[in-house]
Amino acid sequence: MSRFRHLISIDDLTKDDILYLLKQAERFEDIAMGKRCKYLEGKILANLFFEPSTRTRMSFETAMKRLGGDVINMTAHEASSVAKGETLADTIRVVSNYADAIVLRHPLEGSARFASENSTVPIINAGDGAGQHPTQTLLDLYTIMKESTLEGCKIALMGDLKYSRTVHSLIKALTLFNTTIYLISPPMLKLPAEFLEGLNGRIEEVELEDVISEIDVLYVTRIQKERFPDEEEYKKVSGSYVINRNIISRAKESMIVMHPLPRINEIDVDVDSTEHAKYFKQAFYGVPIRMAILYELLKDGDGCE
Amino acid sequence: MNDVKHLVISKIKDGTVIDHITPGLAILVLKILGIKPKSSEAVSMAMNVESAKMGKKDIVKVEGKYIGDQELNKIALIAPEATINLIQNYEIIRKFNVKPPEVVENIIKCPNPNCISNSNEPIKSRFRIFLDESRVKAVCDYCGRKLINLEDYI
Ligand SMILES: [Zn+2]
Repeated sequence: MSRFRHLISIDDLTKDDILYLLKQAERFEDIAMGKRCKYLEGKILANLFFEPSTRTRMSFETAMKRLGGDVINMTAHEASSVAKGETLADTIRVVSNYADAIVLRHPLEGSARFASENSTVPIINAGDGAGQHPTQTLLDLYTIMKESTLEGCKIALMGDLKYSRTVHSLIKALTLFNTTIYLISPPMLKLPAEFLEGLNGRIEEVELEDVISEIDVLYVTRIQKERFPDEEEYKKVSGSYVINRNIISRAKESMIVMHPLPRINEIDVDVDSTEHAKYFKQAFYGVPIRMAILYELLKDGDGCE
Repeated sequence: MNDVKHLVISKIKDGTVIDHITPGLAILVLKILGIKPKSSEAVSMAMNVESAKMGKKDIVKVEGKYIGDQELNKIALIAPEATINLIQNYEIIRKFNVKPPEVVENIIKCPNPNCISNSNEPIKSRFRIFLDESRVKAVCDYCGRKLINLEDYI
């Protein structure tokens, strides 16, 4: 039996669930790299994207196909015309008759939870507005586990900490692993204070220079132009949050740099060729982690072992 | 309630008395109980009357009707101090304090405009209720928005 019926929010998972999925992902890595299997042969996954996210959609599609399953897609363009004539509830009811699981990306917060209440098949949340994106969080945790150490890790989160849902979910999940979290951001993009309510863990606002030599992970996020009143202000702020070789040279040899991608200019391309750069690896890890999730939700009986 | 000094509205023969309501919130209590314009219940109400226990309080009396516990407990969302007296033939036959339900549907409106509960989907708002430093707070089951001062969202 599956441990859960849907994947809506990282908060629905226990530490045990998370560790289980990370372990499963590790088992799927060789399949993610091309070893053939038929674990989900005959199963159909529906990608329902009400807003475009090519990267996430392709990652799910790859994961499903590598497991031997099939994929049907509703693109953002198609979805927008469906959305005009039909409620999400009805769309979900219809598509859950076609597919064995549904991946949903939708602009409204809580849409995935609502979809799960109207679906006869598992719903996987691939981002609901500013809300949740649990597969991103899981692949971030997986990257840290594989390329560094998750338990007790010292991690600095840098960039837009106010609006980044990636950062918000990651912080919550990290507090399960006895981590030390450093927050580095421009004053106007600070992590909202109420966010820390009820979180217990070591979390502290710092400057990058103060912690660069001791951290295990540097997680960089985009600083988006839309957040600023004018171009000038944006350039000034974003320019002072750029990672380059010079800064990296003061880090531990084992320190890894992560980024959810796409980047704008937060990480200088000269960092790419260093051993620290793990953001492309991180993008790859999205495949085995999504395989683990799909397999957990879609397997028949006790699974492949 | 038997104290004559505080008897600003008349006793009822049979029905439900909601006492010790946070002052000024009696109208919201009626709303939570579904007593709206054009309702047929015989209701009397007092607002901002003196209370030995609370300084000031509101009272609502609903004549000829025993409101169910589940309905009454919803009052705790805005008036956690409220006490309920069920009256039969002018006597109190049961007295209890309200306690907040774990989940409420369709009572609190989520203030987040991007929350699916505010869309035109066939959906009821749903909030999980919890106590934090003895205050009643709520969190939207859809978008996760946390609310204090629940009376502002009812
Ligand atoms: Zn909401």
